[in-house]
Formats: sequence, C-alpha cells, structure tokens
Amino acid sequence: MIRFDNVSKSYPKQNRPALRDVSLEITKGEFVFLVGSSGSGKSTFLRLILREERASHGQVHVLGKDLARLSNWKVPHMRRQLGTVFQDFRLLPNKTVAENVAFAQEVIGKPRGEIRKAVPQVLELVGLGGKEDRMPGELSGGEQQRVAIARAFVNRPALLIADEPTGNLDPQTSVGIMKLLDRINRTGTTVIMATHDQQIVDQMRKRVIELEQGRLVRDQSRGVYGYQH
Amino acid sequence: MRAQFVMSEIGVGLRRNLTMTFAVVISVALSLALFGGSLLMREQVTRMKGYWYDKVNISIYLCNKNDAQEGGAGLGGTACAKGAVTAEQKQQIETDLKKMDLVKTVYYESADEAYKHYKEQYGHTALASTITPDQMQESFRVKLKDPEKYKVITTAFAGRDGVYTVDDQRKEIDDLFRILRYLNFAALGIMLIMLIVALLLIVNTVRVSAFSRRRETGIMRLVGASSFYIQVPFIMEAAVAGLIGAGFACVMLASGQYFVIDHGVALRDKIQLINFMGWGSVLTKLPLVLAIGVLMPSMAAFLALRKYLKV
Repeated sequence: MIRFDNVSKSYPKQNRPALRDVSLEITKGEFVFLVGSSGSGKSTFLRLILREERASHGQVHVLGKDLARLSNWKVPHMRRQLGTVFQDFRLLPNKTVAENVAFAQEVIGKPRGEIRKAVPQVLELVGLGGKEDRMPGELSGGEQQRVAIARAFVNRPALLIADEPTGNLDPQTSVGIMKLLDRINRTGTTVIMATHDQQIVDQMRKRVIELEQGRLVRDQSRGVYGYQH
Repeated sequence: MRAQFVMSEIGVGLRRNLTMTFAVVISVALSLALFGGSLLMREQVTRMKGYWYDKVNISIYLCNKNDAQEGGAGLGGTACAKGAVTAEQKQQIETDLKKMDLVKTVYYESADEAYKHYKEQYGHTALASTITPDQMQESFRVKLKDPEKYKVITTAFAGRDGVYTVDDQRKEIDDLFRILRYLNFAALGIMLIMLIVALLLIVNTVRVSAFSRRRETGIMRLVGASSFYIQVPFIMEAAVAGLIGAGFACVMLASGQYFVIDHGVALRDKIQLINFMGWGSVLTKLPLVLAIGVLMPSMAAFLALRKYLKV
C-alpha cells in the first residue's frame, strides 16, 4: 500500500533535511500511529504520501504507484483514493453538514443520485444521523471532526490520513473519534494517524512509527507512545 | 450537477468582488470599443481611398463628349474646347508617358472601368445615383518612380489637346488620411493601455478570489478534484466579466454607427462625398470583439492562477 525506500526530503533554505533516509512499508488494512515531537518530520511524511511534496531522494510508492513518476495531471485521481482529516477540521462554514460531505463528491463529478445516497449513509456511520442540515458552527468540536471524517470517508478511500485529528479535542471526545477511526479501519481502510496523544496510542496498541529529527527511530507493532522508562 | 455547481460558484465569485468586476467590465469595454473603432476607421479609410489610391500617383483625365459639349465650362476650364479626346491623341499621350524615365507604370482606365470603380467607391451615396457611364472620363493612371516629382508630368501634359486635367489626387487627401492614421494610432495606443489595465485588474481579481476561496480550493485539492475543475470557476469569472465588457463595447460600436453615421449627427447625410461604411462592416467586427473579450480575460486568469492557486 505504502512503501518508502530510502526517502529523504530537504526543503530549500533549510540546512537540516526534514526526512533522512526513511524506509518502511505499510500494508493494506493496517492502523499506524506516527509519533514524534514537533519538527520531527511527521508532516513531511504525510505530505509526501499525499504528493503535496516530492521526495528529494529515494522512492515513495503509494497504492502501487511511484509518486516520482506520477504525472501532475494524474495526482487528483490518486488523491481520490486517499482521505484526509486535519486537526482544524477544515469544514466550509457556509455549508451545512450534508453539503460539506457532498462537496467532496460534487467536485470529483459524482452523479447526484449517488451523492444523495452516500451522504446520509456516511453521516449515519460517523454518528451524525439527523444533523444533516446543521451548520458546522452549531456543532461541537468532536462533531465537526466527525463531519470531516465523513467527508474524508464518503468516497471510500483505500487510505485515510489523519494529521492529529484529536489535537483540538478533549480526552473523552478523542476516544469517540478513535473508536470511529478504528471502525473505519475495520472496513479494510488503511489508517495513518499522526498524533501527540500518548494516552490514545498506549490504549490502542497499534503499530507505532516514531520519527526523530527526520530519522525513523522506531517501528514497533502493538507499540506505545514512548519507550517505557 | 457539475454545470449547476460551477455556475453558482461563478455567481458567488462575481458578486463577492463586485467593485473589481465592475472595473474589469469597464476597462474591457473601453479597450474593445477602441479596438473595434480602430478596425472600423481603417476600413473606412480603405473605402475612401478607392481603387487607384495605393496604386498610382497621378491621374491624367481625358476629355469625353460631355466635357466637349459644355465647351469646357466645367472644372477643367476651357481645356476641352477642342472636343473629346481622339484615338491618336490617346496613343500619343501613352507613348510620351512611357518614354519618360520618371514613369514606372501606366494604366489606362476606360470610361466603363471608371464607372465601375466609381460605383464601388461611392455606390450608396446620393451623388452616385446621378452619374451615368458616359459622364465618366477615360484616364491614364501613372505610377511614378519618385512621387515627389509629379510636377514634371503636370507641366508636360496639362493643357494638351484632349487632356481634361492632370490630377495629383494623393496630395489633396493625404492630409486627411494622415490625420486619420494618427487618430488610429492614438486609438490603438489607448486601447493597449486599457487592455493592460484590464488584464492587471483581472490578475488582481483572481488573486483576491483565490485567497478568499483558499479553503474551498484546498479541500477540492485534497479530495482529488482535477486542477481543471478547481480552476474553471476562476477562469469563468474572468470570462463572464470580459463577455459583459465586450457586450458593452459592441453596444458602443453599434451606437456609434447609428447615432454618428446613420442618424443623430447623421454624417452620411451631411457629407455625401464620402461613402460611409454600412451596418455590414460593424456587424462583422462584433464577433471578433466578443471573442477577444472572452479569450483575453480567460487567458489572464489562467496565467494568474498558475501563480496564485496551487493545484
């Protein structure tokens, strides 16, 4: 599903590369935590998968495709198989919950009938049944994040990328979100989640990838947030 | 779904930048009106030049029967008192012309040809309808190697038997054409400036609307909308504004024709010597004006997007 071969990434005007010689593989259906302090390269790692950036060295394969060889106009099609969730939700404030989710389908040209069927279904799945016509501003943070997850998942992506999805939420709400992500993972969707939330990582006992100053320092199945001291 | 979605996005975009849209519409309208006006002016000048203007320097008009009957009381004075030009006189003039070093080419225009060319130039004017073929004069049309030396020809042939008048036609209307040419340059210059203003305004509009919609476009990008799909609303915004501007330009051109030439100022009635262009000339320019009005802003928006919108 995802393979990094000796991937390095440096940004112009920065001495230290953001990623150094990272090699790893993530297979279909896995749930992976990506941990590390700020500036450790987590975001760069995710941006490389989304092909917002290109690797400086090495190869990144996503869904069987070498991203370095993927021409620009094919990138949108690749991204349709990825779902993304962010810490700041990134909802459109002037659209209702249902419209926000439908937006992800409209802009890739899904037929109207399909959208009408899929949106209530996915809202039901994330636990927002009955809140279709609410505006994002009227919802709690946890609910907003559920809308964002619904939007990321409505096109049934093979891979869900979550960049600190619980970063703005209280612990109790976070647990709900994690349960939802776990449920999505059980449908066969690969989930990669960057997080700082120690409790969550320790509880879930999933594979943990730790980056430190751009290097891969730990890749542990059924891992915890940090080394036990 | 797609079309409706795109249309509503365009509407929202245009309304959000209403002042900017307004500025784009006005500058596009003005620049295209000037562009169309300059095209039309050029066509009018070509029309006024007639058949011979660009081909020869001097015309030697020969006496016809009419001139002889009037006893030469017309414009040529008594030049034609001795009767219409004879075949020998014509022959003589032509050989003399061809002998001169100064002369490059000599065309002979028969009365019938003259009538034909006259009809082409003045076909629709009131004056033309009173002219008959036998009123036209035969002429020699002379192209000189050095147009400044037209006086040599004048002295050599004016006053000869059978010659009505030697006419250096260009000198008389050259001034008018020169003025028109300068006007045309001025119009094109202003058009160019207005066009640049319009394009800069469009670039700025795109930048503003790309910024105010960065949330939408960011999400579109993430869920895998094609770059074309993301860019279309911006480009269409510019195209619609450009089209409205071009529409205004067309209205201005048409009202120019209507109020200045046909009615209102009514130049066509006041200056009958000039064969003014008709609606056909104006109407054929409008599609070009509209096409440019849509394409230029679209191109500007597209180029601006490459800079201001990451896709």
